[in-house]
Amino acid sequence: MHIIDRRLNPKEKSLGNRQRFLRRARDDIRNAVNESLKRRKVSEVESGERIRIRSKSLHEPSFHMGRDGARDFVLPGNKGYIVGDTIPKPPEGGGGGGSQGSPDGHGEDDFVFTLTKEEFLDLFFEDLKLPNLVKTKLKDVRSPTPVRAGYTVDGPPAKLNRVRTMRNSLARRIALRRPSFEEIAKAEAELEEAEAQEEQDLERIKLLRDRVARLKHLRKIVAFIDPLDLKYNRFERLPKPITQAVMFCLMDTSASMTQSLKDLAKRFFMLLHIFLSRHYRDVDVVFIRHTSVASEVDEETFFRSTETGGTVISTAFDEMRRIVAERYPADEWNIYAAQASDGANDLGDMARCIDMLDDDILPLCQYYAYIEVGTHISESIIWSGFSPLTTKHRHFAMRHVSAPGDIYPVFHELFSESERSQ
Amino acid sequence: MNTTRNRNRRKNQPLFTSAEWDFDTIKTAYEAIAKVASRDLKLDTYPNQIEVITAEQMLDAYTSTGMPLMYRHWSFGKQFAQESIGYKRGMRSLAYELVINSNPCISYVMEENSATMQTLVLAHAAFGHNHFFKNNYLFRQWTNADTILDYLAFAKDYVKECEERHGMEAVESVMDAAHALMRQGVSRQPKIPVSSKSTRIEKRRKRRKAHQEATYDDLWRTLPRPKNPARGADEAELQGGGETEGLGLPEENVLYFLEKHAPRLKDWQRELLRIVRMLAQYFYPQRQTKMMNEGCATFVHYEIMNRMYERGLLTEGSMLEMLHLHSSVVMQPPFYDRRFSGINPYALGFAMMRDIQRICEDPTDEDKDWFPEFAGNGDAMGTLKDAWANYRDESFILQFLSPTVIRDFKLFALHDESDEPEVEVTAIHNEVGYRETRRCLARHYDASEQDPDIRITDADLSGTRRLTLTHYVRDGRLLGKQDCERTLQHLAQLWGHRVKLLEVDSGSNKTLREVEALPLP
Repeated sequence: MHIIDRRLNPKEKSLGNRQRFLRRARDDIRNAVNESLKRRKVSEVESGERIRIRSKSLHEPSFHMGRDGARDFVLPGNKGYIVGDTIPKPPEGGGGGGSQGSPDGHGEDDFVFTLTKEEFLDLFFEDLKLPNLVKTKLKDVRSPTPVRAGYTVDGPPAKLNRVRTMRNSLARRIALRRPSFEEIAKAEAELEEAEAQEEQDLERIKLLRDRVARLKHLRKIVAFIDPLDLKYNRFERLPKPITQAVMFCLMDTSASMTQSLKDLAKRFFMLLHIFLSRHYRDVDVVFIRHTSVASEVDEETFFRSTETGGTVISTAFDEMRRIVAERYPADEWNIYAAQASDGANDLGDMARCIDMLDDDILPLCQYYAYIEVGTHISESIIWSGFSPLTTKHRHFAMRHVSAPGDIYPVFHELFSESERSQ
Repeated sequence: MNTTRNRNRRKNQPLFTSAEWDFDTIKTAYEAIAKVASRDLKLDTYPNQIEVITAEQMLDAYTSTGMPLMYRHWSFGKQFAQESIGYKRGMRSLAYELVINSNPCISYVMEENSATMQTLVLAHAAFGHNHFFKNNYLFRQWTNADTILDYLAFAKDYVKECEERHGMEAVESVMDAAHALMRQGVSRQPKIPVSSKSTRIEKRRKRRKAHQEATYDDLWRTLPRPKNPARGADEAELQGGGETEGLGLPEENVLYFLEKHAPRLKDWQRELLRIVRMLAQYFYPQRQTKMMNEGCATFVHYEIMNRMYERGLLTEGSMLEMLHLHSSVVMQPPFYDRRFSGINPYALGFAMMRDIQRICEDPTDEDKDWFPEFAGNGDAMGTLKDAWANYRDESFILQFLSPTVIRDFKLFALHDESDEPEVEVTAIHNEVGYRETRRCLARHYDASEQDPDIRITDADLSGTRRLTLTHYVRDGRLLGKQDCERTLQHLAQLWGHRVKLLEVDSGSNKTLREVEALPLP
C-alpha cells in the first residue's frame, strides 16, 4: 500500500477546462455582462459578477427517451395506496416521478455561475483598443522599470537568491570536508566500542578520541552557511519608452440633462475610465464638466456632484484647449476626447462651437467620440451641427445612447478594432 | 458474548482517539482494516494506493468524470462551474472519497476528513469498491484495470497534440459530436473480429500467387494468355454485390461504425472518436452496477467498522461519528419528500445485502419459500461474494430482492401513460404484488431498457452516401425531439453526408417519425 500526498500538486488543474468553457459561451456571457451592466450601480461596475446565461452553445444533447409513450416505474414510501389507485401527475416538470427523470432531459435551464473580476473585465473589454496610438516619446526617465541583471554578493535579505546560495554552501561544505552527524556518531560509536572492550587498546582509543574531537571541531568551524555563500539577485533600472496618451472626458451637466441622462453619461465615462485604467498604465484622464462655464474637476466630483446651469459647449472646448496647451503638447501626446451631451446647446454658441471643433479640437485629437444621450425624437441641434464633420474628419465618431443597455454596444463600436477598420 | 466483547475491547488500544490524523494514522488504520478484510471477510482486492487531496482537487477530479487524468474539454469546465457554486454556497458537500477502477486501485481521500472518516473511507473504497472492481464479471469482461491510467495519459496528450496541430475549434467540434453519441458508443456484445471481404480476397490472391511461384514452369509462358485474368474476377467481386456487406450492419455502436467507415474523417478524428468510445465502454459496467457497487462498499465498511469496534480498535466516539455518516448515506426519503431524487443506490444496495446476510443466518419461513437455494446456509459472506461476482443491478434485484426489503422500503409499482393526467398504481408490497414490483424495479436498472435502442441499419457508400439509423421504439417512447435533432446534426457532421433517423415501432414495424440532418459546411 502506498500513501501519496497530492495536496501540493499544481492547483487549478481545471483552469484549461474553464478557459475552454468561457470561450465557448463567450457570446452569451457578453450578453449577460451587458444585461448586468443595466442593473448595476455605477460604482459596482468594476467587481466580479454572478452570471446567469441561457445558452444553446453549452447544451450537450444526446439521444434519450422523450416524454411520450408508456412507462412503468417503482417508488419508495407507499403511504397507503392499493392496486388500482390513481395519483394525479405533478404539474409540469415532475413527469412520472423522480425515478424516471433523465438527468439530462432538460437542456434549456438557466445556467448560473460566477465570473471573477478579471474574467468579467476581460470579456467586457475584449478586443477594444485606443485608436491611432502613434506618438511615442521617452517619458519620465525618473521612474524606469527594473530588469534582472545577474547576481551580486550583497543586497537586502528579500533579494537573497536561495538556490544559488545553497549551491555555494553545499560546494564549500564538500570541499572543506564538513562531517555529517552520521559520521560523528559513527566515530563516537567506534570509540565507545573500543572503550568497552576488556583489554583496552589505549593507543587506538587515543586515536579515536582525537578523531572524534577533530570531527566535532571541523563541524564547528566550517559553517553551514557562510557569508561567502550568499548570492543576491541583481536588478538594474532601465528607462523605457512609453506611449503617452491623455483622454479628455467632456460632460454637459446643465439643467436640461435630467438625472437619468446624467446617469447614462456617467455610466459611459465610468466604462471608459475602467477601460483606460485597466488596459493602459500610462493614460492620463482629464475630466471637464460644463454648464455655461466649464471647469476641470477630479474624478470624484465628475462622477458624483450635481451642479446645474445653462449650456455653452464652447466653454468646454476652451478649457480643453487651455489644458492641452498647458500640460499636453500635441506633438508629444496622443490626445483623445469623449464628449457626452443631450444635444442641446445655446443657439448663439453653435457656430463658434463647430468652428472650434473643426479647426482647433479635432486636429489636436487622435480620436474624438461624441455621445448623445436621451430619446432622439428629432435631430438635436448639436447632432445636425456636428454631422457634416464626420465626413471631413475620419477620426470623429458620433453615437446615440438612449438606455443603459445601449452603452456597452456603443462603447464597443467606438473602440473595437474590427468595427473601425471596416 | 457481551463479556468476550468487553474483554476484547479491553485487550486492544484504540487506533486513534482524536479527529486529527497524519500519515501514520492512515497507515495503522489501513493495516487494521486490511487484517479484518482479508481474515474475516476474505476479500480479494487489487493492491491499494491512497492519495490525499484537497477539496479543490476533489472538485477537479469529479468534474472530469472522476478520473485522475483527463483530456481537456469545455463540458468539464461547465460542470466545475456548476459544482463549485453549489459547494461554495454550502448547498452541496463533496464526496469524501473517489475510487478508480485501476490496478493498483487508487482511492482519493480528502484532507478535510477526520480520522474516523478516513478509516471509513478506506474501508469503503480501498476494500469495498476495490473487491467489487476486481471480482464482478462485467468489470472483468469489459475493463482493463491494468492499462486504463496509461490509456488516459495517452488520450490526454493526444487531444492536446491535436489541439495544437489542428486548432481548438476543430478538435472541439469532433469531441462535442462524440460526446453527444457517447451512449451509442458502447458494444453490448463482445466483438468477434470478422475479417473483412477485402482482406479475405487479398489472402486468397496471395495464396494463389504463392502456389503459382511454387509450381513455376517456364513452359507455361509459351501458352496464349487468357483474356480474363483471375485478378479481374477478384476486383469485380470486391466492388459489386452489396457494398454494405463488409460493414457488419446493423451496428449498435455508432461511434465504432463512424470510426471505421465514415468517409470523410481524417485519421486524427477517427482516433478522437476511438478515445471517447473507449471511455464510454470503460464506464458502461459502472452504470450497470452502480447500486451493487455502492451497496457492496457500504456493506463492507459497515462490517469492517463494527468488527474493529468490537475489538476495541475504535473509540465509542468514532463509532458514533461513523454511524451518523453511515445513516445519512443510506437514508431513503419517500417519494413525497422534498429530498427525494430517485431510489438511493446506497440505501437499496446496503439493505438488500444486509437482508441476504439475515436470510443466510436467520431465515423466516417466507425467506425459505423465496430463496430455497441459500436460506439458512449460514455462509453469508460466501453468498454475497457470489452475488458480487456474478450479477449486475438488474439481475441482482431479480434474483435477490426479498419481500422483507420491499416491505421495508414500501415499494410500489406505477404505470404512466403520457397522455393520461394520472398515473396508476399497479402493484404494492403485498403477496400478489412482490413479484410484479420486483420485476418492474429490475427493468428500471436494466441499461438496455433505459437507453433507446438505436442501430445503424443502412449506409449507401457508393451513391448518395446516406446513413440510416433506426430507433426501435418500445411502448411508444419516442426520442426527445429537440435533443434528437441536435444529436443527429452532430452525427451528420461526423458522417459528412445526409443522415436519416427512423423511429420504428418494434412491435408493428410501423415508422412513427423520420428525422433527417445534413452536415453544415
